[in-house]
Amino acid sequence: MSNATHNPQLNSHGELNHLLSIEGLSREMLTRILDTAVPFTEVAEREVKKVPLLRGKSVFNLFFENSTRTRTTFEIAAKRLSADVINLNINTSSASKGETLLDTADNLAAMQADMFVVRHAASGAPYLMAQHLATTGQDHIHIINAGDGRHAHPTQGLLDMYTIRHYKQDFTQLTVAIVGDVLHSRVARSQIHALTTLGVPEVRVIAPKTLLPSGIERLGVRVFNDMKEGLRGVDVVMMLRLQNERMQGALLPSAQEYFKSYGLTVDKLALARPDAIVMHPGPMNRGVEIESAVADGAQAVILPQVTFGIAVRMAVMAMLAGA
Amino acid sequence: MKRPDAEALCHILADQLRPHVDLARTALVGIHTGGAWVAERLHTLLGLHTAPGAIGVSFYRDDYSQRGLHANTKTSHIPFEIEGAHIIIVDDVLYTGRTIRAAMNELFDYGRPDKIELAVLADRGGRELPIAADFCAHTLNLPAAQMLELERAADGTLAFRLTEK
Repeated sequence: MSNATHNPQLNSHGELNHLLSIEGLSREMLTRILDTAVPFTEVAEREVKKVPLLRGKSVFNLFFENSTRTRTTFEIAAKRLSADVINLNINTSSASKGETLLDTADNLAAMQADMFVVRHAASGAPYLMAQHLATTGQDHIHIINAGDGRHAHPTQGLLDMYTIRHYKQDFTQLTVAIVGDVLHSRVARSQIHALTTLGVPEVRVIAPKTLLPSGIERLGVRVFNDMKEGLRGVDVVMMLRLQNERMQGALLPSAQEYFKSYGLTVDKLALARPDAIVMHPGPMNRGVEIESAVADGAQAVILPQVTFGIAVRMAVMAMLAGA
Repeated sequence: MKRPDAEALCHILADQLRPHVDLARTALVGIHTGGAWVAERLHTLLGLHTAPGAIGVSFYRDDYSQRGLHANTKTSHIPFEIEGAHIIIVDDVLYTGRTIRAAMNELFDYGRPDKIELAVLADRGGRELPIAADFCAHTLNLPAAQMLELERAADGTLAFRLTEK
């Protein structure tokens, strides 16, 4: 993925054909996606919240892992682009009867699908589908990774970047802290790749040692185990959800203990810059990773993140379909 | 071929429009980017009360599947109520008519105007759709290989540029 000429996300013209990961995309490409998203924020303000860019296209939401928010925002984005959207309920689909991922892809391709939005518990599942479609001559079907295992959640990373740029304009002057369960977070990986690619000079991760993957420093981040120390002087605080469902064994003493050390409170936030923004990918565990007074406070931009997320996903879909 | 004088054409177009507009009710919508410049100029020359709007047609271009979406897509800005309005779409150059079709589609996403008319600085021929200007300051025939583009200088002066494709 490091060599753009072999990046499976790009076509032979260097245009985005799939969105599988932030990793391997250039700063120019990330900036282009963010720029493209800007006019899509305006579509929501219209009487008719639709534009015809994907008219006649079929977008399949393939959520092999539960999600309400992400699936809904992808659905809204596709519908605002006038696509036909098909949501597959995987719990009752053939996948639960033993059909393989690639068989599912082949069958949906035979139904003249144009785009797959894929969420899967296994890291690399969207890559596997993209490779398979390429080898079966169906590379015209675009794949968007909507979260795979612990690997990547590129549209979340992009909407976070859009939000930061909206409030802070210049990435190259910022100190950004990512706080919480980095170990289980695909969002954190996408955020780190996006922030470093866009030129943020200091990206910090703040977490207990048990929730940090080994070698995280190699991604170009500064590690802090003390939250108060890590938050000092930051411009952006990106909280992560505690991924209880992905934890095995005793990684934490208790939710209360975690909140005491790593929950974002008004007092701890006061250590950041006065104009710092607070972000969270949702859904939030109030009283576990974030205090309600912060989540609902003036510095929180958590709901704008959701709104911007639709525009960013519209931009990605429009770019893929127009590639 | 001599380039048309864009500054002079703005005045000719304003003269054509003046007896036709209702100062309180008529609204101009310029198509990005050249048409928006002309709409601003006409708004001043005519003394219209309603601020001019600007419209970006990228979402409605019928060549999107061939050309994709530009990153510098211009956003529409309609600062008045479309429903029941008398709107004059303004563009710098009328060519195939596809941009005008896209602009009308876009306008209807904001509401249902009472009436839409079209005013252009120059009609260069080459129509591919049954669209004609209601007000036109200059007509010329250009071969398909040539482009007529409006430019705006730092001091706001408008000028046409002729280029080869």
